[in-house]
Amino acid sequence: MSVLEVRGVTVGLGGRTVLRDIDLAVDLGELTGLIGPNGAGKTTLLRSILGLVRVAAGQVLVDGRPIRPRRSPVGYVPQRHEFAWDFPISVENAVMTGRSGLLGLFRRPGVADWRAVGESIERVGMGELARRPVGELSGGQRQRVLVARALALQPRVLLLDEPFTGLDLPTQELLTGLFLELAREGRAVLMTTHDLVGALDTCTRIALLNRTIVADAPPSELLDPEPWMRAFGVSETSPLLKILKVM
Amino acid sequence: MSIAEFLADLTNPDLAFLPKALLIAVMSSVVCGVVGCYVVLRGMAFIGDAVAHAVFPGLAVAFVLQGSLVVGGAVAGVLTAVLVAVFAQNRRLKEDSVIGVFYVASFALGIVIISQAPGYAGSLQQFLFGSITGIPDEDLYTAAITGVLLLGAVLLLHQQFVTVSLDRELARAVGLRVFWLDIALYVLVTVAIVISVQTIGNILVLALLVTPAAAARLLTDRLGAMMLLAPAIGGSGAVVGLYLSWSYDLPVGGTIVLVLATVFLLAWLFAPCHGLVTKHWRRPGIEAPATG
Ligand SMILES: Nc1ncnc2c1ncn2[C@@H]1O[C@H](COP(=O)(O)OP(=O)(O)OP(=O)(O)O)[C@@H](O)[C@H]1O
Ligand SMILES: [Mg+2]
Repeated sequence: MSVLEVRGVTVGLGGRTVLRDIDLAVDLGELTGLIGPNGAGKTTLLRSILGLVRVAAGQVLVDGRPIRPRRSPVGYVPQRHEFAWDFPISVENAVMTGRSGLLGLFRRPGVADWRAVGESIERVGMGELARRPVGELSGGQRQRVLVARALALQPRVLLLDEPFTGLDLPTQELLTGLFLELAREGRAVLMTTHDLVGALDTCTRIALLNRTIVADAPPSELLDPEPWMRAFGVSETSPLLKILKVM
Repeated sequence: MSIAEFLADLTNPDLAFLPKALLIAVMSSVVCGVVGCYVVLRGMAFIGDAVAHAVFPGLAVAFVLQGSLVVGGAVAGVLTAVLVAVFAQNRRLKEDSVIGVFYVASFALGIVIISQAPGYAGSLQQFLFGSITGIPDEDLYTAAITGVLLLGAVLLLHQQFVTVSLDRELARAVGLRVFWLDIALYVLVTVAIVISVQTIGNILVLALLVTPAAAARLLTDRLGAMMLLAPAIGGSGAVVGLYLSWSYDLPVGGTIVLVLATVFLLAWLFAPCHGLVTKHWRRPGIEAPATG
């Protein structure tokens, strides 16, 4: 049984069907790249896994049970621009907000909470910057703060929405290494990305999405241009397909 | 007037309204300073303004019916805050347009209602610009109790407010009820305004909410420090403002606000790391040390 199972999920937004009959299962230890053009429904799929959009049909199971926001071990890393980086808050306090759902109204962060926060900050290699205000961090450091915030829940499933946008190549490589390690430690990692080359190189699995799952296989089995043409709606002469030939 | 004379006046039984005014001004500023931190950090100053104006028809109704001003203002303010929160869920309209529609309308309603009361020009002036005389004892108690409850609510909800202000999407994902937290924050802002509106006045109360918090933001990069500094600045501004107003016979609301604005200006010029003058004097190439 996979830790995360999406079964026949259909989602409508504003009267249009955005996702149709999605089936996707992610196992512990896997780093799955969710790839598709703009507007394909990648963010919507992540949000429906989290229960943030209502699904018209189908269901999402975590550990074989329907997802529940406060109970299910799912960590989320939204796009970086959703975060108020000018807020006067230190890295460790920002990471602690990842546990707000567990804390509830009446409990203040306790020893166990601070330990979880400390561990996840160490895990992303930000230990020395734990007390730095978030506004004084670089783009790559900010992305690591968001990952640490998701890890503070000690999740078994990690969802990342375009973690590489606006980052240079060395930083992308560093983060990819981190995500791969997090998967190997026994988590299921699902990440959307527009970096096809990077995804083909490092992901253990790739799901091509355009309103529905077009293909879902390890990168080595995805060298045929046909599913890529279908997912991205491009012709055989597209530069996109040249990448595949080189791989 | 010397400080000693001011103290003598404060303890003079014939001037019993003066210590009451001082108490209520300091309480208001402290409460507004704390709540104002959220207002400043979320960029909600406009909603503070809206609520301040929206409180007006409630005050007017209470005045005409001879009821409690605090209760009347609170009902009207909370009603408007909730309406704004509900209408703002419709993404076709930005929050600021929604607020623009509601607050001018409710202010207009207030003016129409109060014009029905005999001799309304004097009381209108009092509502708009504040006054230190004629604060009934009950209002003092109401303000004190409400203030304590409000600070308690802030203590309880702080972690959740911070989470929502940082990142609404994540707040939803970890299971926080973002809509209700928004409403709770709007209600806290409204209550803070209502207990302050009598001394400071309807138009100037926004300054109590925004100015100390904005000055505190300039002085620190740590939220905890900011939330202590803002009420400290607000409270001392109220004391100094009332003293100056009493000594030189100036309107109290205006004087307090000007004192606070001066503090803000000084913070802007001389803040340890980011102040205009401080930055200018530092030798180029040397970065400010990281705070926090
Ligand atoms: N709130 C909404 N109401 C109506 N339609 C929406 C809403 N949010 C998204 N959509 C539509 O759903 C589709 C999928 O959007 P989504 O954001 O999931 O795409 P995406 O794959 O994440 O794209 P990108 O690569 O640009 O981030 C788009 O066509 C978009 O127009
Ligand atoms: Mg997206």
